[in-house]
Amino acid sequence: MLSENQSKELLCQYGVLIPEGRLAHTPEQAEKLCKDIKARKYVVKAQIAAGGRGLAGGIKFAATPSAVANEARTLLNSKLVTEQTAAAGETVHSVYVEAAIDIAKNYYIAISFDPNSGRPILLASAAGGVEFEQLARMDENAVKTYLFDDKPETRDELIAFLKGVGIEGPEAVETICNAHEAFCENDLTLVEINPFVRTGDGKWMAIDAKIALDRNASFRRPEFDSMVEDLGMSSSETEAQKSNINLVKLTGDIGVVANGAGLGLATNDMITDAGGKPANFMDIRTTARSFDVARGVELLLSDPTVKVILLNIHGGGMTAADTVAEGVNFAYSRAARKLPVVAHISGHNAEWGINILRDRQVPVEIFDTMSGAINRVVEIASSGRTG
Amino acid sequence: MAIFVNSDTRVIVQGMTGRSGTFYTDQSARYAPCYVGGVRPGKGGSQHLDLPMFNSVKEAMAETGANASMVIVPAPYAGDAMIEAIEAGIGVVVCVTERIPQHDMSRVKKALQSSKTVLIGPNSQGILTPGQCKIGVMPTRLTMPGNIGIASRSASLTSEIVAQFSKAGMGQSTTVGIGGDTLHGVNFVDCLKHFRDDDETEAVVLIGEIGGRDEEEAAAYLASLDYGKPVIALVVGRFAPRGRQMGHAGTLSVLGGGTAQDKISCLRDAGAVIAENADDVVAAVKRAQAAG
Repeated sequence: MLSENQSKELLCQYGVLIPEGRLAHTPEQAEKLCKDIKARKYVVKAQIAAGGRGLAGGIKFAATPSAVANEARTLLNSKLVTEQTAAAGETVHSVYVEAAIDIAKNYYIAISFDPNSGRPILLASAAGGVEFEQLARMDENAVKTYLFDDKPETRDELIAFLKGVGIEGPEAVETICNAHEAFCENDLTLVEINPFVRTGDGKWMAIDAKIALDRNASFRRPEFDSMVEDLGMSSSETEAQKSNINLVKLTGDIGVVANGAGLGLATNDMITDAGGKPANFMDIRTTARSFDVARGVELLLSDPTVKVILLNIHGGGMTAADTVAEGVNFAYSRAARKLPVVAHISGHNAEWGINILRDRQVPVEIFDTMSGAINRVVEIASSGRTG
Repeated sequence: MAIFVNSDTRVIVQGMTGRSGTFYTDQSARYAPCYVGGVRPGKGGSQHLDLPMFNSVKEAMAETGANASMVIVPAPYAGDAMIEAIEAGIGVVVCVTERIPQHDMSRVKKALQSSKTVLIGPNSQGILTPGQCKIGVMPTRLTMPGNIGIASRSASLTSEIVAQFSKAGMGQSTTVGIGGDTLHGVNFVDCLKHFRDDDETEAVVLIGEIGGRDEEEAAAYLASLDYGKPVIALVVGRFAPRGRQMGHAGTLSVLGGGTAQDKISCLRDAGAVIAENADDVVAAVKRAQAAG
């Protein structure tokens, strides 16, 4: 995901109109930058990598540069909790100051891929703005969809479709075609403009924009890796990524080591059903080696909120159980904090993996079934909580 | 019978000479003798793993009668490899490669529209008809032939559940990994249709997860007819936080990145028996068969 600032810059290069704005890291800087922005009023927007910001108080209006500084002071370094952030919220490290626009009407547009046809799909709604997502969830008909085609004669179809949503005029259509071009030419997986507005003087403008890059295309777009650096990921999540592990930090106390996204999700479901709380979601990717696994386990061991570790491993054709066990063992051989481990290990080289853990004195209890291991790990975690 | 692949399937491997290609071709060919050749531009005329190499899919098909291909080439080339196989008119393409750019998959899907090729994957563990044909990277030791058809979005979870089935003495007709990516080939509905027509399959298990619309579409399909066989579904990710990507590619929420609860309730409403968790799938099949 790109920041608002980066997203708008990219769209601007394709001819999409955006309000004039600047990024600021301090209140003083925010105040000073107002001089560069031709506006009668300003908007100060918290920069976080999650949606739902408007409803959570992350967007403030200010009439003067000194008011901009005050709003920036309140927002900067505060934690913003939106429905898309973790419960702890996300820290605001920068604000985007831009010209307040006289808005006649808000719309929503987004371009992504239609999973069925594989073609770029346009989503459009006459109900744009901060409450769009909630509205769209309640009323499926609030959003209309249109499949892009690369044939030129379909332009009239697009115009008719947009008219149905209330988006009319050559400028509006041109803007959407430009956004589509940006989507296709830059290996993007999402362009979302919300709100897409008609201004009081009849222009069409992107007031906020969200762009997702396809990290899988980094091999032909080396700039991608630096563009999305650390945005929205905790440091442990970024560390894990480098070690071929998808890690998502959660709020519980049971550290979870699982291979495969589905198995990781299934594990967390079962922990929660059993009354426990996972500290993380983990998916050891098939490309991970023992050292990668060790890094993932170290990240859990060094997290003070983690009380116990659950290994739920099914050795597959690509990640054998002993590879994971070696990684766990390696992490334990170096770690100062040796938390108890409860394990269910099956599949390819399972016996070998179990032997590695037992022989090398990892403090492990082995269970034949997932349920058995999960009930035990929840028991350990809850006894730790009460004692 | 089984679906998509069986003992009559003749497989070539695109990317056979690479490290992964060599390893998994060797494993798969040892499991069942379905493999007839490999494709690698410039290697035509040579031999690898005692199989003949060809410069193109078209040539390999003409020489060997191949009707299926395993694509196991690095992600930057995987899209083109699939398109080559589709344009050559091969019956089944199984792509195990992960991390393929979506814009490449968009081109692949376009090529599929004007063809009869069945694409399985990408980012899939592959397809296995136990005792007959394996195209993919899944372990086979804990599988056995039988009557349970399985379609799934995740690899290791599926292997775990397959192992549980085998342990319970319940073999599998075919296990299809539809892949973990947003843009993929066959979906749950395609698998359900084929399993319905397959005499050997007595019950169908869907292993789904958050994101995408595969489960919702499967539910709509099941609700639209008398399926005639028990369908059992496990959907994982019930407690995943909203708006975070959990391993597999997520989908834009307004495009229907359905929650696990939504998927479970629409599948249940459509008559599927819901497995409570990953340890309940075998029992859920037994419940469904007893009720059936």
